[in-house]
Amino acid sequence: MDSDDDFNSSQMSDDEFMGGQDSDDSLGDDSDYQDDVGFESQDKDIKPTKHAYEVDFKVFNPADIQSHQDKQVSEVSNILGQAPEATAILLRHLRWNKERLIDQYMEKTDEVLESAGLGETAQTHPPRIEKVPGFACDICCEDGPDLDTFAMKCGHRFCVDCYQQYLQTKIKDEGEAARIRCPGDACNRIVDSKSLDLLVSGRLKDRYQELLTRTYVDDKENLRWCPAPNCVYAIECSVKDKELKRIVPTVHCECGHYFCFGCSLNDHQPAPCSLVKKWLKKCADDSETANWISANTKECPKCASTIEKNGGCNHMTCRKCRNEFCWMCMGVWSEHGTSWYNCNRFEEKSGFEARDAQAKSRQSLERYLHYYNRYANHEQSAKLDKDIYLKTEKKMTQLQNTTGMSWIEVQFMDSASQALQQCRQTLKWTYAFAYYLARNNLTEIFEDNQKDLEMAVENLSEMFEKPIDQLKGLKVEMMDKTAYCNKRRIILLDDTAENLKSGNWEFNVQIV
Amino acid sequence: MSTAARRRLMRDFKRMQTDPPAGVSASPIADNVMTWNAVIIGPADTPFEDGTFRLVMHFEEAYPNKPPGVKFISQMFHPNVYGTGELCLDILQNRWSPTYDVAAILTSIQSLLNDPNTSSPANVEASNLYKDNRREYTKRVRETVEKSWED
Repeated sequence: MDSDDDFNSSQMSDDEFMGGQDSDDSLGDDSDYQDDVGFESQDKDIKPTKHAYEVDFKVFNPADIQSHQDKQVSEVSNILGQAPEATAILLRHLRWNKERLIDQYMEKTDEVLESAGLGETAQTHPPRIEKVPGFACDICCEDGPDLDTFAMKCGHRFCVDCYQQYLQTKIKDEGEAARIRCPGDACNRIVDSKSLDLLVSGRLKDRYQELLTRTYVDDKENLRWCPAPNCVYAIECSVKDKELKRIVPTVHCECGHYFCFGCSLNDHQPAPCSLVKKWLKKCADDSETANWISANTKECPKCASTIEKNGGCNHMTCRKCRNEFCWMCMGVWSEHGTSWYNCNRFEEKSGFEARDAQAKSRQSLERYLHYYNRYANHEQSAKLDKDIYLKTEKKMTQLQNTTGMSWIEVQFMDSASQALQQCRQTLKWTYAFAYYLARNNLTEIFEDNQKDLEMAVENLSEMFEKPIDQLKGLKVEMMDKTAYCNKRRIILLDDTAENLKSGNWEFNVQIV
Repeated sequence: MSTAARRRLMRDFKRMQTDPPAGVSASPIADNVMTWNAVIIGPADTPFEDGTFRLVMHFEEAYPNKPPGVKFISQMFHPNVYGTGELCLDILQNRWSPTYDVAAILTSIQSLLNDPNTSSPANVEASNLYKDNRREYTKRVRETVEKSWED
């Protein structure tokens, strides 16, 4: 990252080279299947050592996904001796679990076929549209010798118009594809793709294919769609749900989006998914408002109005009900006799407890706010940095014009801007992570790492903002700082990920 | 205006008149063929016997590809009927087939009356009484039967 030669990979950073790694078990079962998916293996020869926070993953484009499906279908179709269409239905029926399908099929063929909607294969001729004398459609009740009709092997015959209408409703309105049943009363037969080809065309068919592909990715545990808007890629990663408390599987899509494979949210390293969920919920709900209220206010003992004391003595008069009471002990003021401004019942147990509870919630609120402010600050800065990112290009052009540097020579600005973005994202989540950490030595090391990264980022950020005429002189320093930021980030992530993997962190909440 | 849904509804109406299933009747309201009023007579030898339960059916243009909305107007006490009169019946949801017509829907509902599904009750009280205290259940049902004659 610290040389000029990666100008053509503006979206790249060190950890992304890992995306090209082929891991043998990533698909679990068949090894020959991997070879034709030589997808983005361009970086094979520059394989850096893997960091603890990185996971193996692969990015698939729609054509890859389709060829995977086709390959699986033809493989299983050979084993089962079923036509590819039927095999595809069977595979979808069992949610693409090949082993389970083969097992069940060998054991109880008829049952499997029946439940997948492929039963009663009595007639052997392929489906076709035909005119049947004396036919009346059960859906629209039209009849006549000229009516085009269609039936699958189950024999439920309807006019082509009705069949098409039906399929359109299912595909377009209900988004169904793999499990569309015959329109017949209580018929479980699934409309196979060959029949569908006969009946629908154009955009509807495209949509059908799209939905079918979708079910493949949705059903496969190790595949996930990239959540970025309009992104068509899917990611394969072998991290299982139950491993999520030990690993934060950040993946990087071809479209440039970094996200967590576990929960599909934006990259949230180093915090594990469950903490992220807790944190976001905490930030979104009102629990801290309630905490503020209990830390800073009391209720009038008579009318229960919420009162915030912003100064003055302990003699309170409620604005609402004119009740006079003591702020310390909450007792009626008349009992305080002449000891005005000084509650002599100060040490009473109830008063003590009230103050104790108040102190506790005040402390907890302060703790939360400490972390939240820093979290929100980085979130805000990252947003501003995004604007900067847009401005970077302009700045780079300006720099080129004023200093006579070449486009390649000004790329350090872009690198710096990207490092800033990424580090801020990481820093943001370190605060959520730290909020849930119990205090111990490890936590202190973590906080040191966090501090180092934060300082590096702020330095770089400051430099980045400097006016154009100073930037040329700062180039070397900026490149150093960029490299330093990236390095600090990797150190921090490595440290947290390693300790997470070996279960060394102590949290003050249960993580599941 | 004659759309596929309306044509089909006219056919359903014709069928209800020429070949009416036992114990049910239905017809579109005066000015809109997309809304129907229906009556189901409680089947003999059941607690619902002789009840005249009124329903309303709302059809969409997507009919018969989509099921109509069906709702009891009469007060019901049945494990699969909500307090609002809406009912929980598989053929009106995920098991709908475009071959069903008004007669088929109403006869299905009629048979649901004496054959409730207590595994996913819409009315928990009715469901519990049906399982544990059939006498009380019958009594509560009879009350709705008598009420059904009034409105």
